[in-house]
Amino acid sequence: MRALVSLISGALFGAGLHVSGMTDTGRVRGFLDVAGDWDPTLAFVLGGAILPMIFAWRMTRGRTPLTGGSFPAKPEQTITRPLVFGSILFGIGWGLVGLCPAPAVASLSYGGWQGAVFLVAMLAGMWAVPPLRRALDTNATQA
Amino acid sequence: METAWVYGLIGGLMIGAGAVVLLLGAGRIMGASGIIGGMVDGTATQRGPTVIFLAGLVGAPALLSLAGWTVETQATSQIWMLVLAGLAVGIGTRFANGCTSGHGVCGLSRFSLRGLVATLFYVGAGIVTVTALRIGLGL
Repeated sequence: MRALVSLISGALFGAGLHVSGMTDTGRVRGFLDVAGDWDPTLAFVLGGAILPMIFAWRMTRGRTPLTGGSFPAKPEQTITRPLVFGSILFGIGWGLVGLCPAPAVASLSYGGWQGAVFLVAMLAGMWAVPPLRRALDTNATQA
Repeated sequence: METAWVYGLIGGLMIGAGAVVLLLGAGRIMGASGIIGGMVDGTATQRGPTVIFLAGLVGAPALLSLAGWTVETQATSQIWMLVLAGLAVGIGTRFANGCTSGHGVCGLSRFSLRGLVATLFYVGAGIVTVTALRIGLGL
């Protein structure tokens, strides 16, 4: 059952990225190019994706997930330095090429070596974060 | 293309539906960086369902492409840029604990302040980067 839920969710996500044009890096970078030839498509994608989720979050109240377990609690709403600086770093990479994590994976579907190179570098970056965090924490406590 | 926003809205609703299915079905947040990152650094708790989720994420657009609905891509062929950008996205999203789907789609829809702050910063940094590249390097 959990496998089926995961497959349907992943397939809807991948098909949605494809249909909306969000696997097209030119369209994503066009959205970020507000001072140039601005492409508003991404705003419609984000808005369209948020809409059903607003209702879904409301439905989680007083219920449990279909396949058991519990719904994720809302994290403590503190604005931390990793949140801010991590997001800035992410935005720089996003602007450079026009790929974020999900389209980077989905881009394997239409080939092209560029997406694959980006994906390998992204996975390496993700793999490096736990040791990086430990090193930063050690420095912080020593200082 | 004038109809791009219509496809954007339809595709967006499909992405949102995917997030609804994962949340109500499995109690999981459909955040790509968390799902992928957990597989890479070994912190993932549900590896089986996650592999199936990723297969759907690649498989559905692959089927659409095979059926003749192809998508153009204009990704740069500068290897240094692809590597630099990939590293920045990988490291940044894991430090920030989320990306466009986690902080953007799932965070904003539950009115999360962290999701809003993250989204403002990555969109802002993306705008600055694209603008600087176009004006400075003509890319």
